[in-house]
Amino acid sequence: MAAASGRPGFLTRERIVAPPGWSRWLIPPAALAVHLSIGQVYAWSAFKASLEKGMDIGGVASALPFTLGIVMLGLSAAVFGTKVDANGPRWAMVVASSCFVAGFLVASLGVYTGQYWLVVLGYGGIGGIGLGIGYISPVSTLIKWFPDRPGLATGIAIMGFGGGALIANPWTSSMLTSFGAAASAPEVDTDGIALAFLIHGVVYAVFMSLGWLLIRVPAEGWKPAGWEPSAQKDNAMIGRSNVSAANAIRTPQFWLLWIVLCFNVTAGIGILEKANPIFQDFFRDSTPAETLTAAAVAFVSVLSLANMLGRFIWSSVSDLVGRKNIYRLYLGVGALLYVLLTLVGETSKPVFLLCSILILSFYGAGFATVPAYLRDLFGTYQVGAIHGRLLTAWSTAGVLGPVIVNAIADARADVAGPAKYTPAFLIMIVLLAIGFAANELIRPVAARWHEPESTVRGERTEVQT
Amino acid sequence: MSNPASSNPASDTTGRPPVALVVIAWLWVLVPFLYGLYSLVVKIPALFG
Repeated sequence: MAAASGRPGFLTRERIVAPPGWSRWLIPPAALAVHLSIGQVYAWSAFKASLEKGMDIGGVASALPFTLGIVMLGLSAAVFGTKVDANGPRWAMVVASSCFVAGFLVASLGVYTGQYWLVVLGYGGIGGIGLGIGYISPVSTLIKWFPDRPGLATGIAIMGFGGGALIANPWTSSMLTSFGAAASAPEVDTDGIALAFLIHGVVYAVFMSLGWLLIRVPAEGWKPAGWEPSAQKDNAMIGRSNVSAANAIRTPQFWLLWIVLCFNVTAGIGILEKANPIFQDFFRDSTPAETLTAAAVAFVSVLSLANMLGRFIWSSVSDLVGRKNIYRLYLGVGALLYVLLTLVGETSKPVFLLCSILILSFYGAGFATVPAYLRDLFGTYQVGAIHGRLLTAWSTAGVLGPVIVNAIADARADVAGPAKYTPAFLIMIVLLAIGFAANELIRPVAARWHEPESTVRGERTEVQT
Repeated sequence: MSNPASSNPASDTTGRPPVALVVIAWLWVLVPFLYGLYSLVVKIPALFG
């Protein structure tokens, strides 16, 4: 990708090798610029009601762009992961930004022309590719810049993905209201929805540009001042070798970690998916009817906060206690918290809140800690590509969690109060126990899967020259 | 802003850290994040109301 002048092309990895003195604290904001943007996908519900009323579509149809977006996230992360590692983070961020922004623009055109399929294709299909590539784009770079604190670094970025919806939710709602496109208006102005999509696209294009402008890769041999790899806390789980993405998926460690992530996410979604009705069913008798709805909305907000902060806090703690130990906490204590939730029920609101907050903080932390766990097991060589493949566990859990909780809640529609959720909570306890066992079985990767040092060094030299 | 010529090992102590750039970059992401956080936190008191 070198330019005709001989200077490396703008998107190449060679072009973004950091000069001496480049601060590594510029890399987290570069990553956040991308993750805070693509995290908007979790605020899709802000558009739903307006689209349903304005374009005369049902709830299933209005959820399609979001569903397709999440499916495309998993698929594109798995398919393009190797390309992201090969081409470097600037290339990945530019492609991710282009797809994400194009998704909004195509969706805007779709609403403006009354062609809803364009909204699905644009936001879900094209934008979804941007989500997947954007999600993994800064991960391996952050790990290389923060070899001493990989959990902290990836925790910051992946907290941004949780924070994206925090920004987009109030922003989108106020924009739709200003343009006469809020669902509460007597008549929804579809041109207002189209304009809102257009503005989202333009603003995110500018906001994400910080990411691809600032991102840098460390020079070969760079290390943080005063840090020596040999001084790293002695931990048998942290390997010094590298494994390729193709070989990683042949190891039991990859699939054990896949189970760990999948079941940890499923258990979190168990509460997150139905947080509002769960709160109302638990405290209908003890909360005045006029404040119950507002309290349930506040409960969802508290869980969002716990989900976001857990990504940063627990992932940072994993740098101190080790990745295997922190997943023991997420899965083992998580299962015990579900037991407590089932036993205490509606009798103690503080215990209910504490259990829910911790479960959701473990849910978010599971996402944020996994890149560092992958680094420990498989090295930094193709960690982005391996992370991309592992995200298929998220897609699976995204289907599994809601299906379990909704199916059981529907089947027990005639049961009142907390008992409605008891079977679902018991399933979550079993899943977390299986995840705990899978984590216990994870051992360092066998030497036969390690890449020869010459291969790893050869590829690095190729991109540095 | 970029300098492709630096292929020699570097450390945090060489060169001059771009302090102003670090401040601007963090403000760029923190300001909208704090707006979102504030919008969320103001809803929480209803939980105990």
